[in-house]
Amino acid sequence: MSVFNQPRRRVIQLIILGMVSIIVVRLFFLQVVEKKYAKLADANAVLRKVVYPSRGIIYDRKGRAILSNDVLYDLVVTPRSVKNIDTAYLCTILKIDKEEFRKKIADCIKKNGPVRQSVFSSLLQADIYGQLQESMYLFQPGFELVPRQIRSYPYSAAANILGYIAEISPTMLKDSNYASYNSGDYLGMTGLEKTYESVLMGQRGIQYLVKDNLNRPQGPYENGEFDSAAVAGKNLRLSLDIELQAFGEQMMHGKIGSIVAIDPQDGGILAMVSGPSFDPNLLTGSFRSANFNKLYLDTTLPLFNRAIQAQYPPGSTFKPMIGLVGLDEGVITANTGYPCYGAYMGCSRPIKCEHHDPGHAANFRLALAHSCNSYFSNTYRLCVDAPKWGGIRVGGMQKWAEYMNSFGFGHKIGVDIPSERPGRIPDKKYYDAKYKGSWNSCTSVFLGIGQGEVETTPLQMANAMCILANRGSFFVPHFVKSIDNDDTHLLDKYKQRHIVAHISDEAYDAVIKGMTDVVESGTGRVAQIEGITIGGKTGTAENYAIVNGVRTKMPNHAQFVAFAPAENPRIAVCVIVERSGFGAKYAAPIASLMIEKYLKDSISSKRAGMLKTVMETVTIPDAMRSRSKLDSLNATVIKKR
Amino acid sequence: MNRSQTKLTQGIDWPIVGLYLALVTIGLMSIFAAEYRGDDNVWQNIIHLNKNYARQLLWFGVSIILASIIWLTDSKFFTATANLLYAGGILLLLLVLGIGKDVKGSHSWLVLGGFQFQPAELTKLCTNLALAKYLSSQETDFSKLRSRLIAAAIALVPAGIIILQSETGLALVYFSFFLVMYREGLPGVLLVIAFSAIVLVLSALLVDNKILFIIFSVITALVIYFSRREIKRNRARLFWIIAIYGFCSLFVMFVVPFTFTKVLKDYQVRRIEVMLGKENDPKATYNTRQSMIAIGSGGFWGKGYLKGTQTRYDFVPEQSTDFIFCTVGEDFGFFGSVIFIGIYVALLFRIIYVAERQRSTFTRVYAYGVASIIFFHLAINVSMTIGLAPVIGIPLPWVSYGGSSLFSFTMLLFILLRLDADRQMVLR
Repeated sequence: MSVFNQPRRRVIQLIILGMVSIIVVRLFFLQVVEKKYAKLADANAVLRKVVYPSRGIIYDRKGRAILSNDVLYDLVVTPRSVKNIDTAYLCTILKIDKEEFRKKIADCIKKNGPVRQSVFSSLLQADIYGQLQESMYLFQPGFELVPRQIRSYPYSAAANILGYIAEISPTMLKDSNYASYNSGDYLGMTGLEKTYESVLMGQRGIQYLVKDNLNRPQGPYENGEFDSAAVAGKNLRLSLDIELQAFGEQMMHGKIGSIVAIDPQDGGILAMVSGPSFDPNLLTGSFRSANFNKLYLDTTLPLFNRAIQAQYPPGSTFKPMIGLVGLDEGVITANTGYPCYGAYMGCSRPIKCEHHDPGHAANFRLALAHSCNSYFSNTYRLCVDAPKWGGIRVGGMQKWAEYMNSFGFGHKIGVDIPSERPGRIPDKKYYDAKYKGSWNSCTSVFLGIGQGEVETTPLQMANAMCILANRGSFFVPHFVKSIDNDDTHLLDKYKQRHIVAHISDEAYDAVIKGMTDVVESGTGRVAQIEGITIGGKTGTAENYAIVNGVRTKMPNHAQFVAFAPAENPRIAVCVIVERSGFGAKYAAPIASLMIEKYLKDSISSKRAGMLKTVMETVTIPDAMRSRSKLDSLNATVIKKR
Repeated sequence: MNRSQTKLTQGIDWPIVGLYLALVTIGLMSIFAAEYRGDDNVWQNIIHLNKNYARQLLWFGVSIILASIIWLTDSKFFTATANLLYAGGILLLLLVLGIGKDVKGSHSWLVLGGFQFQPAELTKLCTNLALAKYLSSQETDFSKLRSRLIAAAIALVPAGIIILQSETGLALVYFSFFLVMYREGLPGVLLVIAFSAIVLVLSALLVDNKILFIIFSVITALVIYFSRREIKRNRARLFWIIAIYGFCSLFVMFVVPFTFTKVLKDYQVRRIEVMLGKENDPKATYNTRQSMIAIGSGGFWGKGYLKGTQTRYDFVPEQSTDFIFCTVGEDFGFFGSVIFIGIYVALLFRIIYVAERQRSTFTRVYAYGVASIIFFHLAINVSMTIGLAPVIGIPLPWVSYGGSSLFSFTMLLFILLRLDADRQMVLR
């Protein structure tokens, strides 16, 4: 019997081995051949947590922190751990009702489930946080306060320069330039925050955590072997003087326009005001989006940085540059005069001049001081029609445009905040296209007095003053003087001196003398400061707007450009006040006050009256002002955190 | 008769004891790995029996006592009381049906003073004894159909009651006794038929039954055509061919659909469909998918003991009981898994070796019964964790967490050791 059954023992053993072989083959496939399971396991169990570094701080030229970090608190909730708490009391502190409380908890559960933390109330206001912190023990362990860094602007100034950070948008997430960002990350959207994002952001750390089946972190993965620590962002040191900036913003209150002040010796921007300005703190904290919408819809366009984005015809402030080209070209000398009797008659249509007494344009210096339209119209025509370029349509126009381009007009200068506009210098191609080849120097004669097709930004005009102040060279205007522990080359381009068109010192002398006369005895006398020689130039750019389809004359834009002290300039300024009439009326006082503030640190008591007038003047038209949310009467509408 | 009292462990089969201890140890380690968290106070947990591994350790202690009692019992006791134990087991199962407690959807647990106990685990032992008793009795002639039917009844009656308790998985184990009966003379063709039946069921589930019917018809027609000469000589052959054809068609067209819609429970149907890849409901596949991820992520060498992320952080449900193999697979990889399965194979082969060296039919049948039960548990349990079998909740012997299972498997094995130690005694 036993012998008979011997093969059956073998069969049974074979059945066992067969089944086991199937299992082993399957295991081999699962564990050795197939690689996806390891990835799936990591997806199951490894939580990649980004550790955010604190963002770099921005200091002004005197080492004052003007953009730093503040800590606000989020109230987070773990719905399942909420037990036996005084809901009514919590609701009272948070200023919500029980219905809303229940709804918020339900939302949290819907979003993250009952066992994971969700944000119940983000970026608590200071008073709510204070109350909550005192009685937090009553609401634990269900509720907790979690700190969160936000940006804060202690001086409430320089909003458009510093910029703001915001959560990355879905469109940006799809862009390969932002590949290192994740949904929910914050990054610089405008201003220095954007330009220097790579420096300010620091290095995000990554922590790998093991999580369980309910996504609850359980501890470091592989003892933190793959973790990387967060490195704080680098600090920026600006050439900006925050006190000067705030002073400028105060003066521009109630006005539309801008102030740009640059240190010509290194191109560092001392102040850049776009009026009206706003408190940058509005764009941080819990009311960010509400405030942003208000600013965005404001009729005075506070988010529009006029200093680099608004383009105006420079008007008479252009005349020093016209003169400079004339002197360099040799079509005029410092002694050249022009017989002006109140208008330029060289072209078919007379161009009016403010002066008609003979001799106001007896030489270059006088002509500039009196801002003679005839003189500069003539000078312009002499330049472009100069025989050595073969006439305006052959090379004259082009040569003139090249001069202007080298002065920094007609293209972006390259300031270190985004959204700069190029302005416009019309050239041969422009007129060929516009007038189909039939044009001459009379077609463009208005360029000689800064009108017509030419457009410049306030920054470009301030930079032009630097060129005059430096007698032929400039540094690209910029805000950032240095970066702490800098290992980038971001600032290299601002350290380089640019030489302009090799114009002789004599030519500069003539122009500078003319400009000091403007303030001494010419159109800009209001800008005089005791003990300081100022070179300046007023400008009144005509302003047309299309109203109901008709080109209508609007109040002129007042302009003033200046540099001081004339002997060794330390500040170059451009001021534009829209719709405020003659340049001398508001623009020159503002520029002068800026210079005084910067060079003397305070405004002398003699000029207190002038300062008061400037501060109190409102030039924003009533129709615009009534709808502006920045108007002082309506300012309370904007909530502060 | 010549058994000496000089040495207590005389005649014990050490290889089996060694393999047994190895498996229990691996079991304890795996349960520990499934539950342990970095900051656990292990001793505290063991003292307070807070954790499964602590309780399993206690069950192991109890098992040692049970094993010692069995070892000290005279082997004649088991032959003498086999039928009595079987009757007792059946009664216990019926009792559970009456006063049992529902645990996770199965009505198969008895509650005794705070401890839960599953008699269905124990009745495997009783059934094995009873079957051995019947097959070894002088009156039984296993070549007769009647004896075979009685043997089958002994094996399947408990299974029937267990199905009524909604523990289909444990009930299926009783089918492993057919392996024993095969060893004792059940015709081999039955194995072939059983295998064919499985193929038939699978094809009935996977292929549309109308298409299957057409396939059967075509095959039958071809068979008849090619064997027409033999059919001319022997008309009976045609009858058999048509009978098989008729049976298969009926089976596919009616029996399988009926079973699936009327007999099996919804969740069982879904599990089978999941295994066959017919259903992709993520909820239904969750267990299997997580278990495959855990095992698959182990790689060749494994992640190292206590380093598996899947097993430690509760991704696999039923981690310490039915899916304990995941821990081995994840922490020790393919290498460890093969060694682990190798331990079972070694044990099975050793038991078969022990079975074949018996003079007593009772011990041989009993030993084969033990081997069959262990083999069935191993094959189904491991297969379900790697997606080869539907998820039927049967434990891995000595490794899965659970007192009932550990006790019954320990007793099953130590009765064999006792019987084997006494193999020199007279024929039973």
